[in-house]
Amino acid sequence: MNLQLPPLGPIMPEIFMTSLALILLMADLFIKKKEVLAGASILGVLVVAYTLIGSSGSTFGGMFISDGYSSFFKAIFFINLILSVLISIKYIRIERVNFGEYYSLIALSTLGMMIMASAADLIVLYLGLELMALSTYILAGFIRYDIKSNEAALKYFLLGAFSSAFLLYGISLIYGLTGTTSIKAIASFISEKGLVGNPALSLSMTLFVVAFGFKIAAVPFHMWAPDAYEGAPTSITAFMSVGPKAAGFAVLGRVFMIAFASIKFEWTFLLIPLSILSMAIGNIVALAQSNIKRMLAYSSIAHAGYALIGVIAANTDGVASMMNYLMIYAFMNIGAFAVVIMLRTEGFKGENITDYEGLAKTHPFLSALMLIFMFSLTGIPPTAGFIGKLYVFMSAINAGYTWLVLVAVVFSVISAYFYLRIVMYMYMREPKIEVGTSKSGTLGVALGVTAVMVLAIGVYPKCLVELARAALSGF
Amino acid sequence: MLPELFFVYFAFAIILLSILVVTRKNPVHSVLWMLLLFFHIASLYLFLNAEFMALIQMIVYAGGILVLFLFAILLVNIKEEIRITRFIGAWPTGLTFAIGIFIVIFVSIKSFVLGQQGTYTIDFIKKESHTKALGKLLYTDFLYPFEIASLILLVAIIGAIILAKRRIKS
Amino acid sequence: MVLSTAVFTIGVFGFLSRKNIIIIFMSIELMLNAVNINLISLSHYLQDLRGQILAFFVIAVAAAEAAIGLAIVIALFRNKATAHVDEIHEMKG
Repeated sequence: MNLQLPPLGPIMPEIFMTSLALILLMADLFIKKKEVLAGASILGVLVVAYTLIGSSGSTFGGMFISDGYSSFFKAIFFINLILSVLISIKYIRIERVNFGEYYSLIALSTLGMMIMASAADLIVLYLGLELMALSTYILAGFIRYDIKSNEAALKYFLLGAFSSAFLLYGISLIYGLTGTTSIKAIASFISEKGLVGNPALSLSMTLFVVAFGFKIAAVPFHMWAPDAYEGAPTSITAFMSVGPKAAGFAVLGRVFMIAFASIKFEWTFLLIPLSILSMAIGNIVALAQSNIKRMLAYSSIAHAGYALIGVIAANTDGVASMMNYLMIYAFMNIGAFAVVIMLRTEGFKGENITDYEGLAKTHPFLSALMLIFMFSLTGIPPTAGFIGKLYVFMSAINAGYTWLVLVAVVFSVISAYFYLRIVMYMYMREPKIEVGTSKSGTLGVALGVTAVMVLAIGVYPKCLVELARAALSGF
Repeated sequence: MLPELFFVYFAFAIILLSILVVTRKNPVHSVLWMLLLFFHIASLYLFLNAEFMALIQMIVYAGGILVLFLFAILLVNIKEEIRITRFIGAWPTGLTFAIGIFIVIFVSIKSFVLGQQGTYTIDFIKKESHTKALGKLLYTDFLYPFEIASLILLVAIIGAIILAKRRIKS
Repeated sequence: MVLSTAVFTIGVFGFLSRKNIIIIFMSIELMLNAVNINLISLSHYLQDLRGQILAFFVIAVAAAEAAIGLAIVIALFRNKATAHVDEIHEMKG
């Protein structure tokens, strides 16, 4: 039997990413200065991103597919990785967990996300999801002497494993119904055999909603998010509030828009309450938080709700707006977390909202940046957050969900209260305690990049919007 | 007739054993019941013409995972465990929820129809031997997921070492 | 199918109701086993090996998951000697 290797062109980015993770792991043995590893991982990702150009097509018997859609999401993951690494270098030294495995695990987790975005088969989807999730659980519990970090990892792990069992049950049902696990084949089988309206099919779809709901932290599957986000190392919170969420949306889009395209009515019916509840709970509970990481966790739940609106619109425009939204969210959210990390110094957590009182007097530049991110998260022009929401809402109105958009706008207004509360604390209050900042070049770069991107996308949204539209051609 | 009889026995045994696993007070007992449960599941696989899976089930689950569980249970203070209540306060909610899910799934799968038949008939598998057929497929069509699985195991190794290592010297 | 549904639900119940983290893990394993029973029996009736291959991967992932999960529990134990979910509440809000 002679073995024939399938064409490897489309899968090049994944292969490079794997090598990067393994090289980092090996290099960790010899390199004492872990900052070198951080630099190497950023350089490596740039190489991987370069191989992404021109990698399109499908391979491994159609199990792996690289198209504009997956490439756009991979770009989000790369940005997420680079920014997270930039903000972690100083931070993990302060937390005394400066190990090389950290960067290797981030790379492996990103690899899992890439596999998810490119999965054209449910088996691959499941394995990619597990690869991403397992690496992220470890990263969440990385500060192993800190009980909060342990607890975060534990809760994240338990609920993550619980949800993947639901996903598997859904996969097993759909496999029984159609006799295949390929996403395209499922779609054609469902429409050919007239399975639409079959309760078993709806059940399987519901189980998918539950599992992906956990991953994107949509209410009522959000219970893990606040604890996991608060307890995890801040740099990882930034990483996992963007990466796994975007990956969850990537598979959500692919599975629902292709495999379950013929039962669109049923899944929009399920996703609408999910979206409304996410926005409601996320925004309202965030009002009562005193810890900024926890507040940002609830805000991330609310943002999952907004992005879901794009999926609910269930057309190319909607998906494109969802992709835009996630890209913008990556910049503004990591930016906000970078500010939080900036306040973390030896012996001072800087996680309470009251720590921000009078920050504008002592650190005017930092406060100005935080102001930009908070405005953007609220969705105030001319920041990127406004553009993201605008396109999501427009696509939903075009799809006939005007009332849903009205609800979303109301919750956005509510959200302004807690985002702007931080701004108010910074600018209107007198400083009570001396707050130091940890200065580092890389953190500065990350802050600069995110702030510039938030403003740039806010002023010239056309570029990104066109990119997302182009990515969807041939979806 | 005989296979049906066996199936009924295994089905009831599996359900009974899984109830025992989640309700026993002493975690060690739970693990031991689970061991028995895994053996029953493995024998069920034999009836479904999946010898290799039965073997894997025994080696990996019974031999590997359960031993890990036993190790972890050694950490728990068993005397205290037996004394206190075993459920959290809100267990009726859990039960209601579980029964609800059961009814929903049960009703839905009534309308279950089998999908298109594949090419691996029982005769074919018998002729080729199960392990060979599975192995061939695993290393050809499913090579890509297989590689991903290897990465997952690598992550597990790294993770277990990082998380369970001794305190950090600093 | 009914069998696997029953096992799955017992797993869900165990997950939602038990105090001991280790038993909660075992409930998750129970749910995964239910899925495997489902997959292998479907694979038998469909005369297709895909289901068994997925079950194979599920077992591999379950092993990895158990290793990481128990490592997390051990890390938690070092800092706080408890295995009860209702005693783990460092964060509230």
